Parts: sequence; structure tokens; C-alpha cells
Amino acid sequence: MTTPGMIHRSESAVSVELQTPDMTINIGPQHPSTHGVLRLVANIDGERVIDVDPVIGYMHRGYEKISEVRTYAQITALVNRIDWVSGFANEIPFIVGVEKLMGVEVPERAQYIRMILTELARISSHLVFMSSYPLELGATTPLMHALREREYILELIEEMTGGRFHPNFNRVGGVKPAYGGGSTTKKQAMDIPSGYFQRTLEAMDRMDQICKDIDTLVTGNELIKMRTVNVGVIPADKALEYGLTGPNLRASGVAYDLRKIENYLPYDEVDFEVAVREGGDCFDRYVVRLDEIRESVKIVRQAVDQIPKGPLQAKVPRILKAPKGQVYSRAENPKGEFGFYIVSEGGKMPYRLKIRSSSFSNLSILPWILKGQLVPDLVAIMGSLDFVLGDVDR
Amino acid sequence: MNFWLELVLKLVVVLGFVLTGALVVIYAELKAGSHMQSRIGPYYAGGRWGWAQPLADGLKFLQKEDLAPAAADRTVFGWAPYVVMMSTLAIFVVIPFGPDMVGRDLDLGAYYLLAISSLSVLGILMAGWSSANKYSLMGGLRAAAQLIAYELPLVLAVVAVVIQAGTMSLNGIVEAQSQTWFTVAGLEISAPFLIKGQILGFMIFMIAAVAELSRIPFDMPIAESELTMGYLTEYSGIRFTMFFLGEYASMIGLSAIAATLYLGGYDVPGLSGNILNVVGPGVMIFKIAILVFIIIWIRWTWPRLREDQLQKLAWHWLIPLALANIAIVAVFKVAF
Repeated sequence: MTTPGMIHRSESAVSVELQTPDMTINIGPQHPSTHGVLRLVANIDGERVIDVDPVIGYMHRGYEKISEVRTYAQITALVNRIDWVSGFANEIPFIVGVEKLMGVEVPERAQYIRMILTELARISSHLVFMSSYPLELGATTPLMHALREREYILELIEEMTGGRFHPNFNRVGGVKPAYGGGSTTKKQAMDIPSGYFQRTLEAMDRMDQICKDIDTLVTGNELIKMRTVNVGVIPADKALEYGLTGPNLRASGVAYDLRKIENYLPYDEVDFEVAVREGGDCFDRYVVRLDEIRESVKIVRQAVDQIPKGPLQAKVPRILKAPKGQVYSRAENPKGEFGFYIVSEGGKMPYRLKIRSSSFSNLSILPWILKGQLVPDLVAIMGSLDFVLGDVDR
Repeated sequence: MNFWLELVLKLVVVLGFVLTGALVVIYAELKAGSHMQSRIGPYYAGGRWGWAQPLADGLKFLQKEDLAPAAADRTVFGWAPYVVMMSTLAIFVVIPFGPDMVGRDLDLGAYYLLAISSLSVLGILMAGWSSANKYSLMGGLRAAAQLIAYELPLVLAVVAVVIQAGTMSLNGIVEAQSQTWFTVAGLEISAPFLIKGQILGFMIFMIAAVAELSRIPFDMPIAESELTMGYLTEYSGIRFTMFFLGEYASMIGLSAIAATLYLGGYDVPGLSGNILNVVGPGVMIFKIAILVFIIIWIRWTWPRLREDQLQKLAWHWLIPLALANIAIVAVFKVAF
């Protein structure tokens, strides 16, 4: 392998100086494997990547600034568009933060519904990964199988919230009462659709099955292992240095899961394991996500079993005003730690809203991890980090 | 028969077979791939089962503008698809579909096949270089690098067959497979080379053939998720169609070679002469269809390898195994 800028001198009597210039190649913003509008300016020498300069911002929508002129209730509609693959999960840290700021107690039943839907969003997000990652490695079939099963999750989310991708379901002090679902009395109509938990459990059985299918089709596939094992190894200290969170960090052997640390939803009342792998390579990042689907299925089953009766909404004033103060609230999203720093000067709107989105921080390792890799590995590593451009650019 | 009449007839038959065959294979891939992915696939075109989908796709491509990038080397860019297509069509000159159903039975048939089928890489390299696109260039160079990996195992696997048959003529190879292997209770048993000790050679040949076709798991020159479309990136319209048809035609071509060399070709035990001329093409097409289906099946199941992993596979495994195969076949040929 030649190093960049190296001059090859010929050994012949005539001294000729030959130089192989590096090729600068623009990967993106329109490219099949950049998940949207990420642009990588890569210097490559043959198939070897010398360095990579990620260019982001093509999808900047200014949510932080817009939020300063929106009421708290309106902002939930914005935040579930940040990481559109797991819309519901994004609402949680924001709404929990606002509730903390206002000192609102959320009813137990609403908290459980939030937890169920967050886990459903996690399963759906990881199923998107299960479909897109093999596609990046060239296997086209897992795409269809995983997306087909994801449809069952989206249907559940739609039935409860009315939206497949952008539920906008959380209200300060609870969740939006879902109308319909076949009930006639007003009291029932304010609750979740009838028979919902039964359908949830049936969908969870399907999830168990698709996990097994993906295991046989992808996890045990020798060619997938050839492409991913020991490719793009991120040691634990590097992962912490670059601020990786979520499955990417847990694949490097750090058992850091906010569901076990922060008490933002009743995760302490259900029994689940934190999926951790030691290797830190692409394969481990993939397996951690597959294990997380199984853990989420476990959580949903227990939550459906344990959910208490009661109201879905706490009593809150008609016009929501947060007292002066500030709060940082974070949650474990499918892609990693997702946080909102809310500053209130009193009034209906936040004075400042800072979004700590998971994909943005996970992406920061790209220049380090891609240095010296092959072009096919570049695609494999980028895919294994599982970012969404809406989450990167906000 | 008049030489010119015969020539025109052969041209029409071969062209018709290859092009309709390619369309059928495209349709089979659409349908088989869909069902493997729990989809339905083409459904409306043609009224039933979407049988006319490849035709409709072809017509759509014909209507499209034949774009060439401003910086492209237009002559080379324009000719590249035809070089690929030509090398594919030329395979069928020597493929025997019956004792007399053959374009030209060359004495060096196997040698000619290996030479002419590798020519398509030249067209791919032309396409990659002339497109004035960095992705295309990388795709073309990957195809050239791939040639180094698969060409040697392919040749070595065929050499073992030639040793066993004692001839390079493809008709001769088929006849060698139809000869009596042993006699049991008065029954004369013949077997194709696949059974007569060429299983290893057949597997090496098929792996190398998939690599030559640039199909998954060896589709690095196209590598949609890495190089957008590799050397095909800048092609559109009729020229893209040529590449596309060429890919599927060469699938048929390489399957036909494998069927001839390993599966006994057109041979049906107990038949000979004119009956075999009638039955032979059907038998041959059946064998080709099985091999084509296996290639399609592989594509919809496996991911893509890396270029260096293909090289490793070829030089660490396929070439030593192919050499060992030659040695074993030669020893058996001399000893028995």
C-alpha cells in the first residue's frame, strides 16, 4: 500500500518522478448508503480511505430556534420529527423535562402506556436497522422480511395514537386520550382502544419469530460475519471519548443504559437485561440491536401484564406556563442518549431549548473510525452506527 | 445447404434464443426474487402474472434518452456495451444443443469459450474508464481485479474436464459423458462428469462463474451501496439495456457451459442421432434452467464480499483445490 503523497522513484537510470495523486471522492449527499443527505468528502488511495470529512447540515430545520416561539404543547409535534424512525421515543425526554419543570405528577397508567409505546418505537427503529444494514452489505432479502414485521408495530402505534411515524401523543401530565376503538361510554372512550393489549401480545409473538428468522438469515450467515467481524472496532475508551451512546456504546462493552440509571419511566418495575457485547466491531453493534429487540419484547409483555387502572391524564391548568428555571432531561432512545435542556423564563414558551440528539454525537467518531479503512468497510461501518439524518441535523 | 443461408439461419436462431432466453431469465429473477422476499413481484403487465414485465421494461429503456456525460470519451463509451454483448453472444457459437444443433463445433471449443467469455471484462473496463466518473472508474478497476481472481480457477476447473474427456471439442466432451461407464446386469450405465468425479471441479467452476457474472456475492464492480452502480452509473437508455441483457445472456451462457462440461449437455441415455437433435435442446434448456435458478437463489440470499476477500478465496482455496482436482483426475485417467 502506498502512503499519501509518497513519491515513487524509478530504479532506472533515467530519473523519473511519478506521483500517484489521491482521489477525492464525494460520497453523498445523494448516495444509496448515506441514509439521507450526509456528505462524506473522502480522500482515497485505490480502495483505501485516507481521511474522511463528514459534511452535515443539509437537513437543518432549525427546531431549536422554532421552539422558542412555540408553546410546550406545540413542541411535542416538532420533536418527534427529529429522529423520524422512532418518533414516539423522542417525545419522552422532552415531555418528562417539561413535567419536571412544572412539577406535574403523571398517573401510573399513562406512564406505563408511554413505556409500552417507547419500547414499540425501539423495536420499530431496530427493525429498520435490521433491514437496512444487510442491504448495505449487499443482502437484499432481510430488508423485506424486517420491514414486513415492522408494519405490525406501526399499526399498533397508529391504533393507539393516530399516527404511524409522528404520533404527537404525549401531553403535559399524561397521554392524549384516544377516541374510538369501539367503546361507547364516555369513560371507556377516554381510555385506550379495547382489545389493544391482546393485539400487542400477538405482535410480540411475531417479533420473537422474526428475531429467530433474522438469526438464521443474517446472524448465522458466514458471509455477513466475514464482512462485519473485526471491522470498524471501537474500543471502549474511544467510544467514551467520542461521546457514543446507546447500542454503539454497549457494543464496546460499556453497560450504560439510561433506562437503568434515570427514573424517567417505570423501568424499575419491569425485569430486563441490558444487552452488552465486548468486541466493539460492526457485528457486535448489530447483535446488540437484535438483543435489544428481544429485551423490548420482554418489557412490553411485562408492562401489558402489570399496567394499573386509572386516568391517563393528570389535572393541569388549561394554559400551561412553566415557572422560571431550567432542566436537563434525558432518555435512552433507540439510537442512544437523547436529551433536552429546557430554559424557561416563565411563560408559555421556552426561552431556549437545546437538543442533545443521539445520532449527532454518534456521528462524531466517523473521521477517526474511517481512517485507513477500505471503501466497502466504510459503508459497513457507517451503516453499523445506525444514524438518521434528521437526528443529526435537527 | 447454401453457406449464406445456413449462416443467416444460425444467426437468427442463436440471437432469438439468447434474447428471448435473457428476457425469460429476467422475468424468472423478478418473480423468484419477489417470492423469496415475500413479495408478489410483477403482476399487471401482460394481463396475467406480469409476464410482459421484461418487455415493458425494455420498451421503457428504449424510450429513454441515451445520455453520455460531457467529459466522457464518447466513442469508447458508446462501444463498451456492445463489446460486452458481443462476447456473450459469441459463447453460443460453440454450445451444442444436439449432435448437430451447434453453431460450429470447434476442435478447441473449450479453449475458445474461456477466451471469449473473459472478453466482457474489456467492455466493462472500457465503460468504467470512459464514463469520466470516479465511481465508474472504481467499478471498472474492480472488475479487472476480479478477473485475476476468478479466471485462473475457471480455466483450471475446465482443464480437469478436458483431461478426463480427452478432447477440447464440446461435442466430444458431451460424447465422452454419454459413453458407457460400467455395465450392471446387461444395462449400460453412463454418467455425466459431475458424477464421474468432478464434483469439486463443478463447484469451483460455478463459484468462478458467479464471480465472472459479477453477481452477488461477487458483485463488487456494481456494488450498489458502495459505488452507486459501479461502471453502469452513467449509462441510460438503450446502452444500459445492452449491459442488462448482456448480464442475463451471459448467465445463460455460463450455465450452458457448465451444463455441457459437467451435466452431460444434451445427452439422453439410450437416444442418438436425429431423435437426440429434437430432444437435446429441451434437455439442455432444462439443465440451464436449473443452474440459472441456483444463481438467482444465491443472489437473493447472500450479501456481498469484499474485493480482497474474493482474492483470498480464489488464491487460498479455489486455485489449490483446482490444481489438486487436476492432479486427481489425471492420476485416475492414467491409472484406470
